[in-house]
Amino acid sequence: MEKFTVHTGLVAPLDRANVDTDAIIPKQFLKSIKRSGFGPNLFDAWRYRDAGVPGMDNAKRPLNPDFVLNQARFRGATILLARTNFGCGSSREHAPWALLDFGFRAVIAPSFGEIFFNNAFKNGLLPIVLAEGEVDALFHDVAAFPGFRLSIDLDRQTVAAADGAKIMRFEIDPFRKYCLLTGLDEIGLTLRHADEIRAFEARRRAEQPWLFG
Amino acid sequence: MVKTLYDKLWESHVVHSEEDGTALLYVDRHLVHEVTSPQAFEALKLAGRKVWRTDSVVATADHNTPTTDWQLGIDGIVDPTSKLQVKTLDDNIRSFGAKAYFPFLDPRQGIVHVIGPENGATLPGMTVVCGDSHTSTHGAFACLAFGIGTSEVEHVLATQCLLSRKSRSMLVQVDGALSRGVTAKDIVLALIGRIGTAGGTGYAIEYAGSAIRALSMEGRMTVCNMTIEAGARCGMVAVDDTTIEYLRGRPFAPQGELWDRAVAQWRALESDPGAKFDRVVTLDAREIKPQVTWGTSPEMVVAIDERVPDPDREKDATRREGMARALEYMGLAPNTLMGAIRIDKVFIGSCTNSRIEDLRAAAAVVKGRRVASSVKLALVVPGSGQVKRQAEREGLDRVFREAGFEWREPGCSMCLAMNADRLEPGERCASTSNRNFEGRQGTGGRTHLVSPEMAAAAAVAGHFVDVRRQWR
Repeated sequence: MEKFTVHTGLVAPLDRANVDTDAIIPKQFLKSIKRSGFGPNLFDAWRYRDAGVPGMDNAKRPLNPDFVLNQARFRGATILLARTNFGCGSSREHAPWALLDFGFRAVIAPSFGEIFFNNAFKNGLLPIVLAEGEVDALFHDVAAFPGFRLSIDLDRQTVAAADGAKIMRFEIDPFRKYCLLTGLDEIGLTLRHADEIRAFEARRRAEQPWLFG
Repeated sequence: MVKTLYDKLWESHVVHSEEDGTALLYVDRHLVHEVTSPQAFEALKLAGRKVWRTDSVVATADHNTPTTDWQLGIDGIVDPTSKLQVKTLDDNIRSFGAKAYFPFLDPRQGIVHVIGPENGATLPGMTVVCGDSHTSTHGAFACLAFGIGTSEVEHVLATQCLLSRKSRSMLVQVDGALSRGVTAKDIVLALIGRIGTAGGTGYAIEYAGSAIRALSMEGRMTVCNMTIEAGARCGMVAVDDTTIEYLRGRPFAPQGELWDRAVAQWRALESDPGAKFDRVVTLDAREIKPQVTWGTSPEMVVAIDERVPDPDREKDATRREGMARALEYMGLAPNTLMGAIRIDKVFIGSCTNSRIEDLRAAAAVVKGRRVASSVKLALVVPGSGQVKRQAEREGLDRVFREAGFEWREPGCSMCLAMNADRLEPGERCASTSNRNFEGRQGTGGRTHLVSPEMAAAAAVAGHFVDVRRQWR
């Protein structure tokens, strides 16, 4: 997993609540058996004017000029600003894969779908929860100031306007923070407890043998 | 100390705790399907790791599989990428192993959340995970069951554990008797309408009350299934006689002396009297009417005798814009009577509503009637091979066929349209599935979520209709 320490980048606003993982990456693109290559189909149904199917040359497809990520001022954005319940719905990890593949490193929203939230951490995409008022203010800032950038410092747990005018603090579980800062392999971490897992399993097998075999 | 069912399930699976509350949680049952597992197996291979406990794995192919032309075998899967995913699962299970595998074309193949319970692979007190958000279904058996992503699938394969944090607890208390024609689906849609699709975020939900106790296991599975649509990863129901009678004699359920021991332990799987919940929501079952969604989120739902809401009456700007966008996508005008909305297709199936009881209920509405001529396609997709054969033994397939429905092979089908079953742009569907998101059933498709009875009644009428009228 790619580490996350400090990141500064252009902010793109996606001003809708309840953006579900079907919208982030539609099901027809889940047929891939790889983890990469989902970026061109991120928000496919909103981004293009035609119906997307796997195997198309996405560079030749007609873009929807109204969709925010197609607007020149947001080209190269690496921080997505979103509304409540971003990433609700299906468990598909293809959603964070697509966001990362497109170039995003962080998503800021007042709340997230829980499975998406988990999946994001496993891939080095940082989901940041800010208060609704703070997110609202950021939407205003992005609209008001072309080229609006934010700087995220994971260690200090802060989001700051690039000019330093505004600093917001966010919460994160210490363990998740540690994994992101170090880019550690969680499976490797868990396997350090292999003896405890075996002991737990032996007890369970004795008490509830019908769960085994 | 008094404990909730969730406390009991959580505590009995903690292998190790970190200071910040992150716990290593042991996983008893790992359900695997073809869409969210290939990258996990691939990573396992690359790291040179083995599956920790193959006898915890139960696998099937369900999302991509066709519902027609099974006589063609694997070549019946026309889309080469779908075919590759199904074959990749075959290869992975063959090389890594599993307790049970019900591949495409197997008589016991079916939707992962249907075959787990029907084979007794889901047992009370288990932790059940799957790379699928509707894993919450298995909570109906007093399991701690939730969906995970592919990285977590890999983590469970490699370690039999998950890193997790305890959620807050929510009690959803539903008392009173449901009216005839009102179902488990209407309970959970009404709940989502009440608390919203983020209402359960951060919570584990326990469903209780006389209306829940009165539900069959199939009904409880429907309620727990859509818990994720309320934002909560898991929903659960305490063990009672209904649970135990459902499990008796299932292939993977314990037998003989072990059965008695198991049942004695399972009986304790309920919240202690006086247990405290962080939030309590109460619903009166007598007041619940058949529900129909009107928008592109399951919380956009009203009763059949109501009208499509008017965004102009919504005060919150983000919500108002969301409603307006949903109505535009759905091609609906504010204040339209729900009963005036005409449909093009009907889908009876999915992990929410494809079990035998669902098919019986829909068939009872359809029997002796015909699908309206304006309805282009009405599909019944049983949840599994076993459900299909049971329905055929009861003659339900004939009831559906004579009415003009197509009787298909099992799978996820038009719930998410990864196979060939889908809506065309602009088509409107009465669907017993769980998500009405934009494009969910096909690009540009318009989904209205309803119960099997309501879908069947809509098929006959050609528009939504109050199924309770059928019972007058």
